[in-house]
Amino acid sequence: MILAAAAPQGFLSPTGVEVAFLLVGVVTFAAAIVTVTTKQLVHAALWLVVALGGLAVEYLLLTAEFIAWVQVLIYVGSVVVLLLFGLMLTKAPIGRSPDADSGNRWAALTVAVAAAAALVWVVVDAFRAQWIDLDVPQGTTEVTGAILFRHWVLPFEALSVLLLAALVGAIVLSRKADAGEGTGAGTGTDQGTDAGADAGAATPDKEQR
Amino acid sequence: MTTTTLAVLVPLLPFLGAVAGLLLGRKAPGFVRPLAVLPTLASAVLAVVIAVRQGGGTGGGVRPLDAATELTPTGSVPIELALYLDGFALLVAILVGVVASCVQIYSTGYLRDDPRYSSYAALVSLFTSAMLLVVYSGDLMVLLVGWEVMGICSYFLVGHYWETPEARAASLKAFLVTKLGDVPFLIGLFALATDTGSFRITKILEAVAEGGLDHPTVIALLLLGGVAGKSAQFPLHTWLPDAMAGPTPVSALIHAATMVAAGVYFVARLLPVFAASAAALVVLAVMAAVTMVGSALAALAQDDIKRVLAYSTIGQLGYMTGALAVGDRGAAVFHLLSHGAFKALLFLAAGVIIHAAGTNSLAAMSRMTGLRARIPDAFWTMTVALLALAAIPPFSGFFSKEAVLGAAEHAATGHSESVPGSAGWIVLVAGLVAALLTAAYATRLWLLAFRPPAPAQHPAASHGTEFGTAAGVTEVPDHGKQPVVMNAVLWVLALPSLAFGIAVGTLPDWFDGRSLDPTLTTSVLGTGLALVGGLVTYGAWRHTTALAARVPMGAVAAHPEAEPAVSEAEAIATHTPAYGSIASAPDPADPGRLLLGPLYRHAAAGFRLDAVYAALFVRPVEGLATLVRFLDREVVDTYVRGAGTLPRWLGAAVRRAQTGNVQTYLSALLAGSVVLAVAAVLVAAGA
Amino acid sequence: MHLAYPAVLAALLFCTGLYGVLARRNAILVLMSVELMLNAVNLNLVAFDVWLRDALHAGQALTLFTIAIAAAEIGIGLSIVLMVYRNRGTSDVDRLRDTVESAETAEPDGAPDATAAAQKAEATA
Repeated sequence: MILAAAAPQGFLSPTGVEVAFLLVGVVTFAAAIVTVTTKQLVHAALWLVVALGGLAVEYLLLTAEFIAWVQVLIYVGSVVVLLLFGLMLTKAPIGRSPDADSGNRWAALTVAVAAAAALVWVVVDAFRAQWIDLDVPQGTTEVTGAILFRHWVLPFEALSVLLLAALVGAIVLSRKADAGEGTGAGTGTDQGTDAGADAGAATPDKEQR
Repeated sequence: MTTTTLAVLVPLLPFLGAVAGLLLGRKAPGFVRPLAVLPTLASAVLAVVIAVRQGGGTGGGVRPLDAATELTPTGSVPIELALYLDGFALLVAILVGVVASCVQIYSTGYLRDDPRYSSYAALVSLFTSAMLLVVYSGDLMVLLVGWEVMGICSYFLVGHYWETPEARAASLKAFLVTKLGDVPFLIGLFALATDTGSFRITKILEAVAEGGLDHPTVIALLLLGGVAGKSAQFPLHTWLPDAMAGPTPVSALIHAATMVAAGVYFVARLLPVFAASAAALVVLAVMAAVTMVGSALAALAQDDIKRVLAYSTIGQLGYMTGALAVGDRGAAVFHLLSHGAFKALLFLAAGVIIHAAGTNSLAAMSRMTGLRARIPDAFWTMTVALLALAAIPPFSGFFSKEAVLGAAEHAATGHSESVPGSAGWIVLVAGLVAALLTAAYATRLWLLAFRPPAPAQHPAASHGTEFGTAAGVTEVPDHGKQPVVMNAVLWVLALPSLAFGIAVGTLPDWFDGRSLDPTLTTSVLGTGLALVGGLVTYGAWRHTTALAARVPMGAVAAHPEAEPAVSEAEAIATHTPAYGSIASAPDPADPGRLLLGPLYRHAAAGFRLDAVYAALFVRPVEGLATLVRFLDREVVDTYVRGAGTLPRWLGAAVRRAQTGNVQTYLSALLAGSVVLAVAAVLVAAGA
Repeated sequence: MHLAYPAVLAALLFCTGLYGVLARRNAILVLMSVELMLNAVNLNLVAFDVWLRDALHAGQALTLFTIAIAAAEIGIGLSIVLMVYRNRGTSDVDRLRDTVESAETAEPDGAPDATAAAQKAEATA
């Protein structure tokens, strides 16, 4: 960091932070690629953990420590777990499933590569000569807490309402037709079997209603 | 009230009755009958009152009532709501009012259970109103309004039994043929107004008297087209026999007082215009002659009782136009009046007969016995009317027909300065021939309808007692008593048929003042020929009636208990299937067949005029229509279809893109976004 | 640190997520790819916030909000997927083709397959 601050910066003289960023970035990117290409659905979720964790490290390298911990907590801790539950509840096959990709794959690849080329070209062209000065940490918990509760209180509170609404919505949506007696409110596997049983008998149930 | 106000009320009352009848017909069925009868009756009474107030018309020295009001300026030639009441208008209005009242009263019995009675009665009222407007109007444009309203009313009324294909075809034919005449009529009216500068009848007549007509022949011939259409003169008469598919009261109304009288009445009003052109008078005379003789021959061969009467109407109208052709409108209107009375009577009596016999076929009636006893009122009144039609002396028809023949003789011998002698001769000769034929078909009608076949001449008669008279001869079915309103109307109309002749002395006061008394030569000639015609027909009938019993024929209505109109509709609908033709029946017992010989076939078909028209007009028009259809379907539509093909292909392609797969949609969307973004960047970078 | 590193990484992650959204068949994998895209945006936000030294730290605040909203989204999204799975017995995106334009000859009730029946059931529910 001292070097980065003192020496004239350039592509050919990477600092330690840059090297670390690059290495972690490569890992993150590779994990993301595997996430979207692997044939094993559960593995995709696990590789997503790697990618999101790599991003958390990148946040740390960018001196945004609070964001990094939030990333670890929320994404790695809860979102991925939720996704895994979802996979289980929808009886995703364990092991390789040959039909993980849809027939749209080549079109998707074309679009993605074209978009990547365009974006990378534009971004590199635009920020060729810009450097980030990482001398002063910009995202310590203290700073973040201060600005969040000093300047962004109102959106913060509005967000809490949004989360509440999402909570209620998710409960309403995922509630089973005749559930509510509290029988199936146990573990994920319980719910999975219930959902599976329910899926088979869904149609007559609905029609009776 | 002034006479003018009363005169306005005469056409207005039936019109208001028609409107009220149409509006209330469904909501208040109880009001329909009073609304139909009372306004017509009231205008008949008013017409009489006006006639009494006006007195003797022009001949009596009283000036005709002439009142006009202009509602709004209407361009170079003004159109005015004008009344012109001379003796002709007054008397014809009385005839129209009386006959229309009789028809309305008769209809209450004749169509008593008809579901469409309310609209029927309203249309009859409207028809009457239109005719009264024609009669009273002093302005040709206003007259034309009534003229055309009659056309459309006749269309609806003739097509009253629209369930039968005959009625539908007949109503269309009546409408189209009369319209065919109305086109030259309208042009003629415009030409007349251009020449004289007015639509007012009085001003036109003044202008004509001063010799102000530039093109008298053209105008007269154009107007004659419309007259021939409305008054069913050759060659536009073909709609009238077919119009028999309408209900009998409608036939009576059309034939006696309204529609067909309008043409004659119109010529009578504008006679100076026609008299200004000798060529027009000769054309009129030829038209009348052909009409008289041809229709009388055709009438002798018809099997449908109403078609016989229809052809007789055409013939009697021929007499009227003949009288006009020799320049005597007094005689023409005299015959119009007497004919109106006895022809209305003939039709209404024929309606009773058709109901009683359950058939409209004379061939079937000639095989029935007891018809006379079943309907004595119709028998006696019909006899009176037929005698009047045949112009036998004490009856009204004799006086009016002799007036026509006398006028023709007057012109033929050169006593009339404006009328060419040739016209007189044509009318006179044709009139005498037609008198013979008229008596012949009147006798035939009476014999076939009322005289039972002579049973003594039939070999099977001696041992066929339990079957009545003989095999093939049946008793008339008992349909109960005829409605009293129908019989009462018959007697009301029988009175003028019987005794209208006594008015011959006073009528000239109402008309132009020329005497209408029968002259000795024509009286003797005409009556003698009529008697000859009657006797010859009787002889022929004696000869052929024996065959009637041997050839059983006849189809009677399936619902004899229903109202009379149902019997008639069924009779019309079954005539063609039963006898192979709507006009004639293959009946060897028909005296007309013996009298006409080889001519019979052609006469029965109206001398194939319809076929000629079909070949001359209908088929070319149909060919053109086929051509147009071909052009439209095959040529124009090809372009249209071609224009539609490309969008359809594009649509099919776009349709295929709608896979329902969200990922495909999103791919396309994002690909488009990328392309757009790259383009935007390139533009921004100045590339 | 060179600004291009995080920016390019974010772009690449975004496009990876894009590919996943377009190419994956399982709806939950699609949701994972959406998370990748959101995170790429987050990385961008953080990097530019640090680069600009924003006094209000709008980028980081927005990142926090995005994370919260993403959590809500994943919850709702998963419940929708579960619902679909319960109703149709599948959570494959490319088999949910109810809006497909049927062929010209096919009548509306021509082939009452499982999806149509399920759709009907859903409509009556």
